Amino acid sequence: MIEEILNQMKIILNDTITALATPHGSGAIAVIRLSGKKSFEIIDKVFFDKEFKSKKIAEQKGYTIHFGIIAESDIVIDEVLVSVFRNPHSYSGEDSVEISCHGSVYIQQQILQLLLKHGARMANPGEFTLRAFLNGKFDLSQAEAVADLIASNSGLSHQVAMQQMRGGFSNKIKILRDHLVNFASLVELELDFSEEDVEFADRTDLKKLVHSIIGIIEKLVMSFEVGNVIKNGIPVAIVGKPNAGKSTLLNVLLEDDRAIVSDIPGTTRDTIEDEMIIDGVLFRFIDTAGIRTTTDVIEQIGVNKAFDAIKKSAIVIYLFDAHEISSGDLKLEIDLIKEHIGNSQLVIVANKIDVENLEDLKKEFASYDVIYISAKEHKNINELKQKLVGLFDARTVNTTETIVTNARHVDSLKRANEALKKAIAGLDSGIAGDLLAVEIRYALDELGSITGEVTNEDLLDSIFTRFCIGK
Amino acid sequence: MQNILTQQYDIIVVGAGHAGCEAAAAAANMGSKVLLVTMNMQTIAQMSCNPAMGGIAKGQIVREIDALGGYSGIVSDVSAIQFRMLNRSKGPAMWSPRSQNDRMLFAAKWREMLEQTPNVDFWQDMVRSLIISKDGKRVEGVITGLGIEFKAKAVVLTNGTFLNGVIHIGEKQLGGGRTGESASHGITEQLVKLGFESGRMKTGTPPRIDGRSLDYSKMEVQDGDDCNYKFSFSDATQPLKKQVPCHITYTNEKVHEILRTGFEKSPMFQGRIQGLGPRYCPSIEDKITRFSERERHQLFVEPEGWNTVEIYVNGFSTSLPEDVQYQALRLIPGFENAKMFRPGYAIEYDYFPPTQLGLTLETQLIENLYLAGQINGTTGYEEAACQGLIAGMNAHLKINEKNPFVLNRYDAYIGVLIDDLVTKGTEEPYRMFTSRAEYRLLLRQDNADVRLTPLSHQLGLASQERFEKVEQKIKDYEKVIDYFKNTSANPDEINPYLSSVNSAEVNQKMRYYNILSRPDVSIKGIAGSCKDVDGLCEYLSEETIEQAEILMKYEGYLQREQENAEKLKRLEDLKINPNFNYDTIVSLGTEAKEKLKKFKPASIGQASRISGINPADISVLLVHMGR
Repeated sequence: MIEEILNQMKIILNDTITALATPHGSGAIAVIRLSGKKSFEIIDKVFFDKEFKSKKIAEQKGYTIHFGIIAESDIVIDEVLVSVFRNPHSYSGEDSVEISCHGSVYIQQQILQLLLKHGARMANPGEFTLRAFLNGKFDLSQAEAVADLIASNSGLSHQVAMQQMRGGFSNKIKILRDHLVNFASLVELELDFSEEDVEFADRTDLKKLVHSIIGIIEKLVMSFEVGNVIKNGIPVAIVGKPNAGKSTLLNVLLEDDRAIVSDIPGTTRDTIEDEMIIDGVLFRFIDTAGIRTTTDVIEQIGVNKAFDAIKKSAIVIYLFDAHEISSGDLKLEIDLIKEHIGNSQLVIVANKIDVENLEDLKKEFASYDVIYISAKEHKNINELKQKLVGLFDARTVNTTETIVTNARHVDSLKRANEALKKAIAGLDSGIAGDLLAVEIRYALDELGSITGEVTNEDLLDSIFTRFCIGK
Repeated sequence: MQNILTQQYDIIVVGAGHAGCEAAAAAANMGSKVLLVTMNMQTIAQMSCNPAMGGIAKGQIVREIDALGGYSGIVSDVSAIQFRMLNRSKGPAMWSPRSQNDRMLFAAKWREMLEQTPNVDFWQDMVRSLIISKDGKRVEGVITGLGIEFKAKAVVLTNGTFLNGVIHIGEKQLGGGRTGESASHGITEQLVKLGFESGRMKTGTPPRIDGRSLDYSKMEVQDGDDCNYKFSFSDATQPLKKQVPCHITYTNEKVHEILRTGFEKSPMFQGRIQGLGPRYCPSIEDKITRFSERERHQLFVEPEGWNTVEIYVNGFSTSLPEDVQYQALRLIPGFENAKMFRPGYAIEYDYFPPTQLGLTLETQLIENLYLAGQINGTTGYEEAACQGLIAGMNAHLKINEKNPFVLNRYDAYIGVLIDDLVTKGTEEPYRMFTSRAEYRLLLRQDNADVRLTPLSHQLGLASQERFEKVEQKIKDYEKVIDYFKNTSANPDEINPYLSSVNSAEVNQKMRYYNILSRPDVSIKGIAGSCKDVDGLCEYLSEETIEQAEILMKYEGYLQREQENAEKLKRLEDLKINPNFNYDTIVSLGTEAKEKLKKFKPASIGQASRISGINPADISVLLVHMGR
């Protein structure tokens, strides 16, 4: 971890940074944040009362709000509220102010330009949080959770991030670490105290202990997949012939949620069609527009870009035009999809139903679990949505459980797991204790990189409290 | 008389225990004029506790001291009566040499070696106080109990358990630094006045028994190893030919019952002893209290020498009343008629929390004043000796305005020990364990010479002869490794050997290196079957062959450890200016600031190991230093 920090050394803490704290675009209000040693000095150059007299923010107490104007040489830009935060009692741990202004993009830009002119610098992405971390406001895992929190755009994701901030994840890792310290001390006992009259742990007991630790780690690693889904959205691919009504369905789904659909600018735009939230769960629809149907849809999928989309999806919606397909064809196509679908869930949707033919269709496809909709007429769209949410729940997401959402953490856990598996292999082949200890130490170091170091003293403490050592 | 006494010394060493002797020898061998002041010239290098050197982690330290050119290894070899390589069944990093020693021979050999070291003068007297420069910042000599002033450029204090030592046996309390020897007063008081923090620690020792009164037939025999090992890398000593056995016996419930009758007079349980004792070396009364479920505790019956009947009962350290000790002893199998030479006792003494030192063991408060050994809160001859060596070397380097000599955690156990002491301090007497070393696989007893002798030679301590020997060893084992990596074994030649060690036979030519990686396959074994390897090894020492084998068999592990050590090295290389003003960093927490000001870490690496300094503090430091 210190390696990472070394890389961050180039960021200089001395200057004062600013950025828009609310999302880009117009809204009712916007908040601009200014943080650093010169925050008060800079704000005092641009913030006045209605008579253009200085409000002297530098002399105001922390946690106070001041009404006034932002102005540049007699020209009023906006009426604003300025909140004062004094170091270390601010988000970043530095002196900082938050300017609540009106939400027009023009005003935001004017104020930011003014702040830059008076000595502030535009903040790099995540720099406020980085400063908070550097100023000791968070431990690393908390700081990362904050970053997640900021990026969280669904209810569930928010919940996970909040839980991590409160230390839920750290607690889980601490338990894991205690198990490992226990194991390590049993191995160290054999090494440092082999001359003592103490009973050494049975190898099978040791193995059981490591297996149980591996079990916990694997659960945490698996939760990352779920956590990732919560954070980034559940990938859903809609496949089917173009005339099945794919784009209509997508539009209908999105239309209902248009207000809360958000774009992630510039990141994965090329593969993401759009995102939507259903019951607090974020879904991410993957573009399958590239499918061409000349002869056989499914064969085309296999050679198409859409084939990748299926592989990347957690849920695949197979959409067909109920008038254009027989139950026999359906069976063939589903079998082919299933060959490629892996662990993903398949939802079969019949489109273009109308009231007259519904019962006939249901009879025709009676042996399949089919959702019957009419995208055009907005029929049974809710049923489909509930099905999607239900499938997600089926993945046993329980927000009281700890979920790992951070890629660095999951990498550490995976490396710890790798080391422990080597330890198991070592126990099986009977390698020397000091070599076994190397693997355990790696595992401990990896966990330590998440929550804090496991010291040699921890191991010795564990030994001395449990065994009668000493001549 | 006047002329001798007014002589200006380079370095004065106070105390002639394991730390003091190594300090005096090292400084003198590097060229300093040294005065060794001891209260009693008859007890130079006395083994106050058990008559043994080395053991797990400690044996590695003795090897390191020897590799650096200290005397402990040679003295231990010459005075050994039994030698064992502990942990032979574990990996090579765990192999730990240990000797049982003749107590009197050990002390005599030390004195002989010191007497033959040019530049070492002796003075028998008690040092009462230090001479401090007028500005109060530097030590300039010592004043003895006789009122004599000795001037020196540097002083090394190695007072052991003598500073305000109090001996406890039951309800009796005697002032003393060791049984029969008086305590030393004055130094603690002066240092505290100068601004040092002091504390109390406690340790204990078991009763000594008349070996003629024991029935060894009721005990298990513990023989020495049939091996060619010894401590010193030099040719000055030889492996032990004849050995004396130790014996093992056990306490029982009846013994424990008797011991419990003495608890109301126990200085430990009644609170008369305030100092903290070591958890890993508990008294027998401690053991039966803390682990009351155990029906018996192991005791080692160790002879004190070739020609003495005195016996050391290892594992029976106690400060209970002597009559309780005596009655309890007689209920131990083999001890039914035991005669006691002297009872066990506990001793309390002053120490100075070692966080007041730099990594050279020089005090932060007083320039040119060095502390080494038990005065720093450690326990054990080996721990004391290596500190003495480092303090002596650094005192010499300092007064000659040369760069300090600091061993890192990846260089040596000595580096681990001093870094732990200085960076973390210690609440109980500090003993070395292999688990304290992060890079244990690198810090092996077999390569101590390769790790350390070149460093010491460069500073003028380890002799040219030692240095050349190491260079030859490296050249030789590299030749073996090179050959093994580039030459293939002939199946016809190697297969009989492979089947003899239950290893699968090979069908085609295979590199020796790959064959050696199999368990149970050794270079010596291969040499027994393959003429070319036999020829290669013919003129090589066993040590060299063993070294080549370890380096090849464990190559993957060693490489990985080396890479990790390199990572730490990068942080150790980021030095912090000793005058760095932490107050200027607003973003550092108050606790972090205070800790950093107190410990004055020499590098970012050291700073990161101070308890209470978290990664965020380190990143703040890095950011500020990066500017």
